[in-house]
This record gives sequence, C-alpha cells and structure tokens, in this order.
Amino acid sequence: MTSVAAGQGVPDGAGQAGQDDASQEKVSWHDPKRYAWMLGLVVPAIPFLIWWSYQGWEGTWAMHLAWWMAPIVVFGLIPLLDMIIGTDGENPPDELIEWLENDRYYRWILYLFLPIQYAGLVLACWMWSTYELNVWDRLGLAISVGVVAGIGINTAHELGHKKVEYERWLARVALAQTFYGHFFIEHNRGHHVRVATPEDPASSRVGESFYRFWPRTVSGSLRNAWELEKKRLARSNKGPWTLRNDVLSAWLMSVVLWGALIAAFGWGVLPMLLIQAFFGFSLLEVVNYLEHYGLLRQRTAQNGRYERPTARHSWNSNNVVTNVFLYHLQRHSDHHANPTRRYQALRDYEEAPQLPAGYASMILLAWIPPLWRKVMDKRLLDHYDGDITKANIHPPKREKVLARYGAKATAG
Amino acid sequence: MKLTAMSKYQCPVCEYVYDEEVGAPREGFPAGTPWSEVPDDWNCPDCGVRDKIDFEPVG
Repeated sequence: MTSVAAGQGVPDGAGQAGQDDASQEKVSWHDPKRYAWMLGLVVPAIPFLIWWSYQGWEGTWAMHLAWWMAPIVVFGLIPLLDMIIGTDGENPPDELIEWLENDRYYRWILYLFLPIQYAGLVLACWMWSTYELNVWDRLGLAISVGVVAGIGINTAHELGHKKVEYERWLARVALAQTFYGHFFIEHNRGHHVRVATPEDPASSRVGESFYRFWPRTVSGSLRNAWELEKKRLARSNKGPWTLRNDVLSAWLMSVVLWGALIAAFGWGVLPMLLIQAFFGFSLLEVVNYLEHYGLLRQRTAQNGRYERPTARHSWNSNNVVTNVFLYHLQRHSDHHANPTRRYQALRDYEEAPQLPAGYASMILLAWIPPLWRKVMDKRLLDHYDGDITKANIHPPKREKVLARYGAKATAG
Repeated sequence: MKLTAMSKYQCPVCEYVYDEEVGAPREGFPAGTPWSEVPDDWNCPDCGVRDKIDFEPVG
C-alpha cells in the first residue's frame, strides 16, 4: 500500500523508519508540483466557467468572448504564463520513483478529471440547446468543448498506459467524447512499438507539414488499431466482429454517450458533438506532430532491427505551466522509455532534444508550417550534428529536404 | 498437464512477466502455452517498448 496518505504531504520520516532504504531521502525531498497538479482539473471545468462568465457578462460585448474561453486560455494565456514562469528540470531522486508512483493522491486527482469532463459536456449540450446564440457563439462553444475533449485525450493517455485494468477502462471512457477510443489501442501497441520510424503513422517527418501529417496519422492510426485487434483475436481463433474487439467496444461507448446526449437534448446538439470531436482529436494529432518531428531510430548493425527508443527520440519541454496541465506529457522521452510510469514520476533527460517552448505555443507554430520549419528544422539539424540523412524524412520531399539542408542525395 | 517445468520470462522495461503456466489468454496464449509458441514479433502487452526476443528468463 501507499507509504503516505492523500493530502498528508511528504512524510517527515518519523514512523516510516525501516520501511525501505529510501526513507532518508523522503525527509529531504518534496515534490514541488504536488499541489499544482490539481490545476489540471481547471480544464474540464471550463464549460462551468463559460456558463458563469456568460451570466456575469450578459448584455456586454464580453459575453461573446465567454464562448471562446478554452482557446483563449489554452492558446493565449497559457503560452504567456509558460513564458513568464519558465522551466523546471527537477527530477525526483531515482530511489523515490516507486514510492512516488504509489502515492494514491496523484491518481485521485487524475480520476477526478473524468466526472468534471462529462458534467461539463452535459452543461455545454444544455447551453447549446437552450440559449439563443449566434453562429459565432456556437462555434466558440463547440471549439471550447473540443479543447477540453482534446486535453481529455491526454488524461486518457495517462490512464491507458497503466497496468491496472480499471484505469485502462477509464481511459476508454475519457475517449468516448471524441469517438477516439481506438487511439488507446494503436497508441500503446502501435505507436510505442514503432515510434520514430517511417512505419509509425503518429511520428511526423521533416518535410511533412501538419496538414500532410493529419490525414496520414488519422487514417493510419485507425487502420493499425483495427489490424492490431484483428491479429490479437485471430490468435484465439476469433473474428474481429465481436465486442471483445477493444476498438468496437470503445466505439460502442461513444454511441451510447452521444445517443444519450441526443436523446436528452435533441438532434440539434449533433453539430456541436461533431465539431468538438473533430477539434478534440485534431488537437491530439497536432501534439503527436510535435512529439517526434523528424526524429529517427537508426537500425542496428547486428540484426537490422531499429535501436531501442531512447531519450534522443522525443522532443521534450520543461515548461512548468504546460507540464502541469498536461501531466508531464512533455517529459516525453522518459514516457517512451518507461510508458507505464506514472506522470508525477517522469523525469527530464539532459540528452533529450528540447522544444523552444511548451506544447501550447508549439501547436500554434505547427498550424503555420513555414514558421514551424523556421523554428524546428534548424534544431533538428543540430540534433543530428548537421547530418539531415539521419532524420526521418518525408519520402515525397526527400530530394527537396536534402537539397535544402546541404546533404548529398543518397540512394533510397 | 505435462510434467515439464514451466518457465517465466520478463520484459526488461516494465517488469511484465510471461508465465507459461498462466499464459496470456487475452493476447491469445492460453494457460500452458510454451514461450516457444509465442511469435518473435509479439511485443510486451504492457509497455510495447520491447519484443519477445528481448525478454529475459526469470526464476
């Protein structure tokens, strides 16, 4: 069981004596982000904040802004706060990782995301179907719900990697809102296996804009999820058309959820559900775009297999604000090295390539491909000491990329 | 049940253990499936970082 109860803080060592040899460090190490993690719960509460601001601002010009609260906060306020508050590269001591992972406080604040997320979705459907809103207000509300849904995919991602069965189930519940339940299968058994290789649809390539990456990752991930489940079921001599197929059972959750919302609020909410799902999973996919841009695992000399994923195969960021709101997703190298490790225990690696800003700011760049290339390609080139042939290059743009970055075109 | 000794193999990354006695029924390997019948390209079902051939015998 846990060595420290929720909310009790880091023990002072008294009464913990002899529990394990890490007790000395426990005395001197405090998790600086311990209470900050609760801020993550502000995100699913955004529909409530919208409702509350709308009440307060009704009749003024600001009431129209209320509907756009999520994109304003996530792509305006958060990048600004990231810049002001800066980075934090502190790691928990190695001996304390296990102890920190077992502290259930961190799990509960993660689980709480889900009831707030779904209460917020219901509230949004209610506002959509009862308020008299103009088309811009509606678009703002749907996109705000989509931003929450997209960040909810991050919560699902954290849960879906755990070994505890009910946490994996909760991951699918969190994904029901965006109809993206297949992500949990493809991500764990596909993306993590093939990360930073040309075979991975969710690893972006140099020469590939976000708009080229989007169809490749959306369709490739869907196809892979299906194939993975089909292959798994075939080993037990079963066909894919069964609810044992996790892709189908996850989609069924979405059908039930959307069906219930339509039954309660009418067909009128369908456009909002569609817009928020599209925006939500596209937010996940733009984050996928950032995480491994151009990075490539080399094949080993002995047997031609790809080298094991290391710290060098993910882009990282130590920006405090975005890390807190994304449960350390930006410590992405450690996540790929140890996918089942819980968020509070993820570490920063010195050798890991660093993004110049947190994800919220980098998403904005990814949406504007020339800016993205300007900021990121030189960093990628530096990472490979100027040898672009070591990068994951988009095949149709290979000649162009090689010409631009000064390498001689090699065969293949 | 045959009287051969059952073995266990562990993922070097996440400590998942494949126990021949238990198998991995969800993965399509019923209890008693010997390690040799698990395909080489099978990945660790918990972390996905390593493949069967990277697993290490335990016990």
